[in-house]
Amino acid sequence: MKHLLSTENLGAADAIRILDTAEEMAAVGDREVKKLPALRGRTVVNLFFEDSTRTRISFEAAAKRLSADVINFAAKGSSVSKGESLKDTAQTLAAMGADAVVIRHWASGAPHRLASTDWIDAAVINAGDGTHEHPTQALLDAFTMRRHWSRLHSSSSTGADLTGMRVAIAGDVLHSRVARSNVWLLRTLGAEVTLVAPPTLLPIGVEHWPCKVSYNLDETLEAGVDAMMMLRVQGERMNASFFPSTREYSRRWGFDDARLRALDDLGLKDTIIMHPGPMNRGLEISSAAADSPRSTVLAQVRNGVSVRMAALYLLLSGDSREAAPMPGTARSDKESN
Amino acid sequence: MTETATGTYVIRGAAILGGDAEDLLIRDGVIAGRGIGLSAEGATVIDAAGLVALPGMVDIHTHLREPGREDAETVETGTRAAALGGYTAVHAMANSNPVADTAGVVEQVHSLGRASGWVDVRPVGAVTVGLAGEQLAELGAMADSRAQVRVFSDDGICVHDPVLMRRALEYVKAFDGVVAQHAQEPRLTAGAQMNEGTVSAVLGLAGWPAVAEESIIARDVLLAQHVGSRLHVCHVSTAGSVEIVRWAKERGINVTAEVTPHHLLLTDELVRSYDPVYKVNPPLRTDADVQALRAGLADGTIDVVGTDHAPHPSEHKECEWAQAAMGMTGLETALSVVQETMIETGLMTWADFARVTSTVPAAIGRVADQGRPLEAGEPANVILVDPAARWTVDPHKMATMGRNSPFAGRELPGAVVATFFKGHPTVLDGKLNTPYRHAAEPAGAGSNN
Repeated sequence: MKHLLSTENLGAADAIRILDTAEEMAAVGDREVKKLPALRGRTVVNLFFEDSTRTRISFEAAAKRLSADVINFAAKGSSVSKGESLKDTAQTLAAMGADAVVIRHWASGAPHRLASTDWIDAAVINAGDGTHEHPTQALLDAFTMRRHWSRLHSSSSTGADLTGMRVAIAGDVLHSRVARSNVWLLRTLGAEVTLVAPPTLLPIGVEHWPCKVSYNLDETLEAGVDAMMMLRVQGERMNASFFPSTREYSRRWGFDDARLRALDDLGLKDTIIMHPGPMNRGLEISSAAADSPRSTVLAQVRNGVSVRMAALYLLLSGDSREAAPMPGTARSDKESN
Repeated sequence: MTETATGTYVIRGAAILGGDAEDLLIRDGVIAGRGIGLSAEGATVIDAAGLVALPGMVDIHTHLREPGREDAETVETGTRAAALGGYTAVHAMANSNPVADTAGVVEQVHSLGRASGWVDVRPVGAVTVGLAGEQLAELGAMADSRAQVRVFSDDGICVHDPVLMRRALEYVKAFDGVVAQHAQEPRLTAGAQMNEGTVSAVLGLAGWPAVAEESIIARDVLLAQHVGSRLHVCHVSTAGSVEIVRWAKERGINVTAEVTPHHLLLTDELVRSYDPVYKVNPPLRTDADVQALRAGLADGTIDVVGTDHAPHPSEHKECEWAQAAMGMTGLETALSVVQETMIETGLMTWADFARVTSTVPAAIGRVADQGRPLEAGEPANVILVDPAARWTVDPHKMATMGRNSPFAGRELPGAVVATFFKGHPTVLDGKLNTPYRHAAEPAGAGSNN
């Protein structure tokens, strides 16, 4: 791998290698000295065109635990209307000797532009681009699911995939980079995915995705779910006729207290509740659900650092940068069917 | 200043409209003869064996950017590109800065075109003041100006107000004008980045649904029927639009439709690269749409090919997809793309090509002396095409200032060998020659005031 741009073209072997490496990195986080010398002398730039304190500090912690030098570059605002173009920013970072660029951008495809142009030669990690993808979020979600799934089956998570796991993802799929990255990665890892959303918040063409689609959260739960992932509802959707009101949204598609109880009633004692954060408590998830023992919200945050350490390590260390094809540049025929 | 003495040429053995090889004698700006074994004293003989002779192409949809965006294109550079592409006339769209919404601006563009001398430049007038969609521009003043505007369009923006569209359709009847609609329902396409479908779903780019085009076309053909007016639909891009236009023509509605070369060849699969060279409005659609557009052009549902040549400075494409400008260059690749998609597929003949690239666009724009038959006595707007040529598109070798060709690196068939504009060769041996020099404009219509 040279870049980590999407999960759409991330093969199973690469995905499992990242997850396995993340397990090793997690062990570092449990030590008294939470630091490895692996990336000493390497420079990682966090290039953020959009506010995201959580993702940025997660990448920052990951890079620092690997002893990399970290530069945080907050480039808010549009690149053409004010300030510098993405091209100029990239060339500036290249001139400063960046080895990896972790980019968060409001425009879908911006990380692909960095990776596919000659503006910069560094490894590019997509830390969320527009409504396209957020591959490290999907990897940390998969990591969290895999630990849970392995524990249930009393097996080692190393080398394992998610075959047979039933995952439901509920919320604003249309605008969610987290949902997209999860659908592709979970498909690759063998999980069975169901998207649950109001029809207005599903993209045209979702019927071609490798998952089931439901408009009914209760029926999805009744069919059996091992991991229930709730997506954040963005404020700007609320006044754009995607749904009539936040209360109606919450009743039909939120994970409320009644649905939390329903998991017990349905005998789904091992079902976990996931959320990429930040949560809208009382909208897509109730406080009782968010704080229940089923919730993996904080484990996801913790695992995020391990997964991002693994990604940085695999992209920047040794000869792996030239070894494998770049994910996200070529696309095989059947991948989205 | 007097007109260029255009000289005498014998074009020897060209396949006229792709048919039998004959000679054409060009003298004093007209086709003086057509037949076998023609000769004339002092004539320059051009060996056209293996070449196809066609009427000079007429583009119904060109962006020349001047006035206002001379960093993107000028009338001079755009018309050089046009001549090289086989055109002898272009319609310059109104979205310049200032907008071509007054007699003054259209006369300026008209004068720049005459001064350049590579092709006829026919300014298109804006339908509404400033393309704002609120108030009709002075359409009559533009029609009566030296520019003789007959095509009116807010291209780039849809005349979406149904009452305003109705009034425009009615009003231009007074001077035999036509409204060329950019069919795009604005509310359905707010923030739209690409065709809405399976690819946009994966890429997370806001969708531009086919229905946003089709609903406006459906409304407009019904309006045109109701008021008995002539309607032209710019850059039809979807299979559904073809069906609506076909339905309208069957009902006798006076509608013409245009397709761009890029919509005849390219699909939204290319957007997976996130390379903004593929960003255009209306967007690249699906293969099913491409096939329907080709079938529509072949059966006459779609009347003309218009390039929608839209040059942009490179910084407007070297950026994030969402930031990038919409548009592609097209003047220097149109003939080749149409040959590849329509002629080499067996869907059309060269005679059909002449109809959709010359005869009908000239008729829609009411351009006298263009799109005429290649017969004795007709104006000598003639091109010679080598259909056997193959070339690889290199935007850096083009005459247009725009480097935003979506065909860059692609091998295409067909090359323009010569372009005769009013009997004068603006292009010879595939290279720019010299421009045609117009006589001074009629007294009282000069620009020295």
